[in-house]
Amino acid sequence: MTTPILSIRNLTVEIPTRHGILRPVDNVSYDIGKGEILGVVGESGAGKSMAGNAVIGLLSPPAHIAHGEIHVNGQRVDHLHGDPMRRLRGKEIGMVFQDPLTSLNPLLRIGDQLTETILAHLDVSRAQAEERAIQALDEVGIPGARERINSYPHEFSGGMRQRVVIALALCAEPSLIIADEPTTALDVSVQAQIIALLKDLCRERGTAVMLITHDMGVIAEAADRVAVMYAGKLVELGPVRDVLTTPRHPYTDGLMGSTPLASRGKDRLHQIPGAMPRLDALPTGCAFHPRCPFVQEKCRHDPAPVLTDGTGAACWYPLDKKAEVA
Amino acid sequence: MLAYVIRRVAQSALVLLIVGLVAFSMFRFVGDPIDNMLGQERTQADIERLRTQLGLDQPFPVQYVKFLGGAIQGNFGVSYRQGRPVSDILMERAPATLELAAVSGFLAISIGIALGVFTAIRRNGFTANAIMSLSLIGVSLPTFLIGILLIYLFSVELGWLPSFGRGDTVRIGGWTTGFLTESGLKALILPSITLGLYQMTLIMRLVRSEMLEVLRQDYIRFARARGLRERAVNFRHALKNTLVPVITVTGLQLGSIIAFAIITETVFQWPGVGLLFINAIQFVDIPVMAAYLMLISVMFVGINLIVDLLYFSIDPRLRADRTAAH
Repeated sequence: MTTPILSIRNLTVEIPTRHGILRPVDNVSYDIGKGEILGVVGESGAGKSMAGNAVIGLLSPPAHIAHGEIHVNGQRVDHLHGDPMRRLRGKEIGMVFQDPLTSLNPLLRIGDQLTETILAHLDVSRAQAEERAIQALDEVGIPGARERINSYPHEFSGGMRQRVVIALALCAEPSLIIADEPTTALDVSVQAQIIALLKDLCRERGTAVMLITHDMGVIAEAADRVAVMYAGKLVELGPVRDVLTTPRHPYTDGLMGSTPLASRGKDRLHQIPGAMPRLDALPTGCAFHPRCPFVQEKCRHDPAPVLTDGTGAACWYPLDKKAEVA
Repeated sequence: MLAYVIRRVAQSALVLLIVGLVAFSMFRFVGDPIDNMLGQERTQADIERLRTQLGLDQPFPVQYVKFLGGAIQGNFGVSYRQGRPVSDILMERAPATLELAAVSGFLAISIGIALGVFTAIRRNGFTANAIMSLSLIGVSLPTFLIGILLIYLFSVELGWLPSFGRGDTVRIGGWTTGFLTESGLKALILPSITLGLYQMTLIMRLVRSEMLEVLRQDYIRFARARGLRERAVNFRHALKNTLVPVITVTGLQLGSIIAFAIITETVFQWPGVGLLFINAIQFVDIPVMAAYLMLISVMFVGINLIVDLLYFSIDPRLRADRTAAH
């Protein structure tokens, strides 16, 4: 197997507080290969974004990487700080934020924001950087890129701004993109366009994508593989078809059951009872056991197994595919 | 844009009229100038004659209209005390105050912004915290006390700097400047620190809090995520956004530097318009007082107008309506 673009091994992020240490990301391992899109799903607070921030080195203190390793293109990056880390951001790892209305500097022309990013990473002249900026805008589908380069962010609609954000994330040609809820703040009508754009651009360039979202529709649309997170832990990992159609972890199963589908008709939407535990009040044993419909005695005492081999469910009693179909 | 400027100038003129009216009505309560102008040995006939001669026997609205009529032509009447045209006296005194205010304003803005940015970026550093604590002194000590302390330290104890006056001045056309002689420059130091210290600490604290707010914004995180250098993030992205609200307050503060020069000029016996005003009050020299108040309000209104126009050049979002109208 070739070296994956991103390799996370036993990553643990800790936040020390007065009441003890919280682990928003707890012993998580996964890889993303060249040109692959990995969907990371989970509820708010499950640790999806925290893992993304850890990769790009933007954890806000006191949160920090306590254990584990992160490799990007074979280079270990989790211990980097300062200038070496800065060089990596944008150049190796690009990031797309959730809200395009707030992620562009309102006082700078988008062309200036693009060229400064290109000049920070590539050894080109200002004129070449401007040409690249125009090209980047063109590639994300902004009509009249040559004129629009002189526009300010407020002169674009939300969807167009997210295209600009994607152009910014891609303009120094990183090999990995972390897209943190890239469509959550957008109108439903433009969500699909943005996802399609991200998907196409990354396929063409072979860019690996960590697509963080809580929208199962987005995952089904774009991802190759899915990582499901719950209370800081990776609970299920596998190819998108397998995970969506025959989930093996009871939590994933519950998530799928609670996704509205047109075919399901007017029946009341299924809910997983209860709420995800707070990080300072995790139950003993498997973190999901208080809400699990299939809970057994073992689950209450023994922490769930840790997923390490790249596929499967972190569960003592994974669901049997055939049983689930019935 | 032009329509906007015209509207603002019209508003400013209205403000000036009202200020003049209020000021003029106040003069009737400061005392009777006739008492001061005629000695102990005066007759009722002398008093009546002088009152008619000065137009003080007329009702106050008539006096005000006459004053305005003259003021529009640059004629502010004749000083009761010095017997010379007020406009000549003001022209003679204005350079001293304007030079003092300019130096104070420059010190306040440049040092205030620099320290504000420093304390925001190093917000947990020892030096930054020390500066913040010291700045409380600047905010809380009254101006005259700072002046007296400075005089005690640098003039009385150390004997480095003069304690009063402007030093030698050079006459260029109708303007007398203290910038060109050593004693003139030395004489400027203490008064300008005294006058500017409060504004400096105020600007610094304001810049700091605005900058901390801006540094929390998404576009700053996004700028970091694109691997821009820390310098570019802090100065190109953060500082520019910080300045928008800072400009408003700074503009008002510059106005008050000129207005509050009265106290500093009194402490340092600085031969400017503030000292002239204080002397005029003691003598009930109405033409001088009226002209001074009009001069100060013209400066206040003028600075505010400039501040509003500066917004347009910094924040492209304000220019949006204009572009849309074309």
